Amino acid sequence: MNVLANILDPYWAKTIVRVVGALAFAILIAGTLVYVYLFKAVSFMQSRLGPMEAGPQGSMQLLAEVGKFLQKEDIYPTKADRLLFKAAPYVVFMSTFLLVLIIPFGPDAWFANLDVGIYFALSVSSISVIGILMAGWSSANKYSLLGGLRAAGQLIAYELPLVLAVVGVVIQAGTLNMQGIVGAQANGEIFGFGGIGNPYILTQFVGFAIFMISMQAELTQTPFDMPIAESELVAGYLTEYSGMRFLLFFIAEFATAGVFSAIAAVLFLGGWSLPGLHWESLGDVSNVMNVVGPLVLIGKVMVLSFIIFWVRFTFPRFREDQLQRLAWKFLIPISLVNIAATAVLKVAF
Amino acid sequence: MPAPALPGKGLIKGLGVTGKTMLKTMFPGGLKKPKPDPVGGAVTVQYPHEKEAPPPRARGVIALKEENCTSCMLCARECPDWCIYIEAHKTKAPPRRAGGKPRKVNKLDRFDIDYALCMYCGICVEVCPFDALFWSPEYEFSEPHIADLLHDKALLGQWMETVPDFEPYEAGSQAKVKKVPR
Repeated sequence: MNVLANILDPYWAKTIVRVVGALAFAILIAGTLVYVYLFKAVSFMQSRLGPMEAGPQGSMQLLAEVGKFLQKEDIYPTKADRLLFKAAPYVVFMSTFLLVLIIPFGPDAWFANLDVGIYFALSVSSISVIGILMAGWSSANKYSLLGGLRAAGQLIAYELPLVLAVVGVVIQAGTLNMQGIVGAQANGEIFGFGGIGNPYILTQFVGFAIFMISMQAELTQTPFDMPIAESELVAGYLTEYSGMRFLLFFIAEFATAGVFSAIAAVLFLGGWSLPGLHWESLGDVSNVMNVVGPLVLIGKVMVLSFIIFWVRFTFPRFREDQLQRLAWKFLIPISLVNIAATAVLKVAF
Repeated sequence: MPAPALPGKGLIKGLGVTGKTMLKTMFPGGLKKPKPDPVGGAVTVQYPHEKEAPPPRARGVIALKEENCTSCMLCARECPDWCIYIEAHKTKAPPRRAGGKPRKVNKLDRFDIDYALCMYCGICVEVCPFDALFWSPEYEFSEPHIADLLHDKALLGQWMETVPDFEPYEAGSQAKVKKVPR
């Protein structure tokens, strides 16, 4: 077999680009969010400085942290289910990795342009629940198990408002394709005024708010961090993990924050497009926006993830029953009303 | 009856607090001319590079003023974890008045405090009737070897230089033992 010929085969070439590109994006966005927000902005919110020693303003701190985690001993509990215990971080990371694939960075800058784009994204994002349950179950530790079950309950509860909030956008755009949603926002008009297009944050503000709240819960960021509540459950499903596997969970958590922000930016803020930009076909803008688009998208991602971290470090944790009540009694009914209203207005106008 | 609070008002207020603190830390010079200077804005003192001034009467390390010590052993006996070691011998000192009898005094041979055991309760300083023990705010005396934490009387005497002068107690405070180092 000629390996090279196989690699140059368009299918394998595309696959390699997708794997390397999505991995690079996941790790870069996780690193950026951790340094800029988790280390620095949050320290400033508490009038601290954050890391200062490694590199100017502590900018090399991430390398130090990764080095530290790589040195640590890889520990298994005696009674752990070895296979599941080892596989769980990869399952969680895989869900993040698959999410990256469908984000459009520009007219031609995408890893996969699926017709079912946002549907695919919402489906693969639920894979992480399985990984977390695997981690909690296989650790042979009651704290891990409680954390894993809490995570399962929470992620499933908040998946519903997340999906229902997206349905409003999908009704308005008339497509599931992410690129199509970007186009529908850039070329849309609000009650006949099309100057800035129709970023859905304006017409779907309720959906946007619900999406952001459920996103916070899906990412298990405070105030929705019941699964890893350190004052009750040690570290929840992460209790028995150390070294490289813990690092994988950690990267996955923050990469997912970045990727979900990117999805929210595409759905509600117009993605890689700028307000005021219109096109007949994608080819009209592809020269400029293939370069500028990714930067615009990253800018929007940074704004949205800033909100995630701002909320995370402002509010205290929910109680378990309050958490469930918010999802089932509040967010889901509102999002259902939102869908109905959107559908009626879509037909009426 | 007060008007019912707007739902979410507290949430917005909380976000405002953290947001304002962040801006104040990043731009201590104000937002008119935003110049990022977090080092100036944060309350953090970057310890190994700069030292924080300890508050007056801070408890760092215990200093010994050897000439005041009479080897009465009160400190050693009151010490909860017995970390003070005192040995002395009797000797003659010149008389106070001309033609008097030479006085008998205790000369310190050994006065050690084991800071590996000391719990910084300060009972020895409180109990000393002759003003021989003082709190010093100096706190940088960690050692790589635990045995080096046994400070002998020469080292304890050196800490005396770091003891601040007596400051009068604040008005209205309980009159306590007045310790005057020099």
